[in-house]
Amino acid sequence: MFFDSLQSALYMDGHGLYVWVAYLVTLLVIIVVIAVPVRQRKRLLLQLAVQGRRAAGPVLRREED
Amino acid sequence: MWSFFHKLGSPPWLYSIAGTVLRYLLPLTVLALASGTVWGLLFTSPDFRQGNSYRIIYIHVPSAVVALAGYYVMAIAGAVSLIWRMKMADVAMKATAPIGAAFTFIALFTGAVWGKPTWGAWWVWDARITSMLVLLFLYLGVVALYEAYDNKEAAGKACAVLSLVGMVNIPIIYKSVDWWYSLHQPASIKFTGESTIDSSMMYPLLLMIVAFYALFTCCLLLNMRTEILRREARTQWVKKLAEGS
Amino acid sequence: MRFCLRLLLRQLALAVRRPIEIGQPLMFFAMVIALFPLGLGPDPGSLAGFAPGVLWVTALLANLLSADTVFRSDFDDGSLEQLLLSPQPLFLSVLAYIGAHWLTTGLLLALVSPVFALMLNLSPAVIGSLVMGLLLGTAVLSLLGCVGASLTVGLKRGGMLISLLILPLYIPVLIFGTAAVQASLDGISAVPYLAMLAAMLCLAIALAPLAVAAGLRISVDA
Repeated sequence: MFFDSLQSALYMDGHGLYVWVAYLVTLLVIIVVIAVPVRQRKRLLLQLAVQGRRAAGPVLRREED
Repeated sequence: MWSFFHKLGSPPWLYSIAGTVLRYLLPLTVLALASGTVWGLLFTSPDFRQGNSYRIIYIHVPSAVVALAGYYVMAIAGAVSLIWRMKMADVAMKATAPIGAAFTFIALFTGAVWGKPTWGAWWVWDARITSMLVLLFLYLGVVALYEAYDNKEAAGKACAVLSLVGMVNIPIIYKSVDWWYSLHQPASIKFTGESTIDSSMMYPLLLMIVAFYALFTCCLLLNMRTEILRREARTQWVKKLAEGS
Repeated sequence: MRFCLRLLLRQLALAVRRPIEIGQPLMFFAMVIALFPLGLGPDPGSLAGFAPGVLWVTALLANLLSADTVFRSDFDDGSLEQLLLSPQPLFLSVLAYIGAHWLTTGLLLALVSPVFALMLNLSPAVIGSLVMGLLLGTAVLSLLGCVGASLTVGLKRGGMLISLLILPLYIPVLIFGTAAVQASLDGISAVPYLAMLAAMLCLAIALAPLAVAAGLRISVDA
């Protein structure tokens, strides 16, 4: 470990802000890039499942709506 | 050999194999990214000239390398889909464009943040930065063209043509920007390219480059899986998959 | 070959019949050039410094905006589809369209550019390299612009999109075009830069019509 304390690791001789901002934004972009397709796929599967159930199942309680 | 190519063109096979690959690759990627980041941020000694700000290199260089490679992936996938009419190549091309744009953005953003303590300015019209900016525009152009078409089959073909035109142009653009920069090189920048990099800094960098390539592959496969489902929504196997979920 | 020539003449005749439309890129060029002194201040020295870049960027934009319309009317009335079905080699027919576009915009821009160069206080000694650069460069711009036009002709809102697609590809032309003027301003020979532009033109003539042909087929099929 190069830094002797958390304080100095965060500060990095004055460059800490730049370094940490760069890493945080990168992390954020990576999370977005991974999360978006995963969410889209889940939603699509859910949508298709609902559609499939509607098409297959008998029409229930028609008179209520 | 041929059966492999036939399988590659089959959406259900590709969907499931991509899922299998992701199950192993994604944890490995996260592990490599995390260990490379910790190694680069905390366990290397600072650069004697730039101090600690150089630590941005561990994300800046890998993202730039991958962003550039991504364009070639996109263009080659586009060429394959144009020439052999492989639908899955079209899926790959469509999936690459936003990821490539994201990686280019990371490279540009980290470059700007790195530039502030090193050069004293957020943005410098340096040859490499300018080329990356152009690359971002090329990616965004492909995304915008795809979205503009209502007919998605035509959109794929149009984007394939555009990315091929871009691929022919990228070396020309890079050379001309390089050349432009050497003509206009301002004296205020004292950033002589370091050809030698200490091995203690080299190993985490190499690890991060590999990790970013793996990350790119993961994102590509994730996007491709979503895209395959979207295109095959009316087929039997997708319906079965949806019911099982 | 004769078909290609006839197509070129047809495009030119169509253009000549609507002189206002030929004038549009030139008007645009003149007006944007007039905006720069208003924005940057009238000091002749600084204007002369910016002049090569201003002239080139404006020429580039004028070319881009006119490229959007190259295939539009023929696409709308269906004659483009006829052209694609005809046995004529599409490469040459496309080249005729592009040639007509260059003759009605790039060539004229290059010919009027000395006037605006003098208005921006550019030294008369460098006008030769400016005009030569524009002649070669706008031809490359026309070729690339038509690639964008062919891909967006089927879209209802293509105007802005074509700039997004094509402007990054214009960068090398801009760099070498301004460099040629700058070189002769510095008293160096502009020939190497003009030669680079000519080389780009050769490459573009060989490859761009292929992309345009592919783009037109996609747009007509869509």
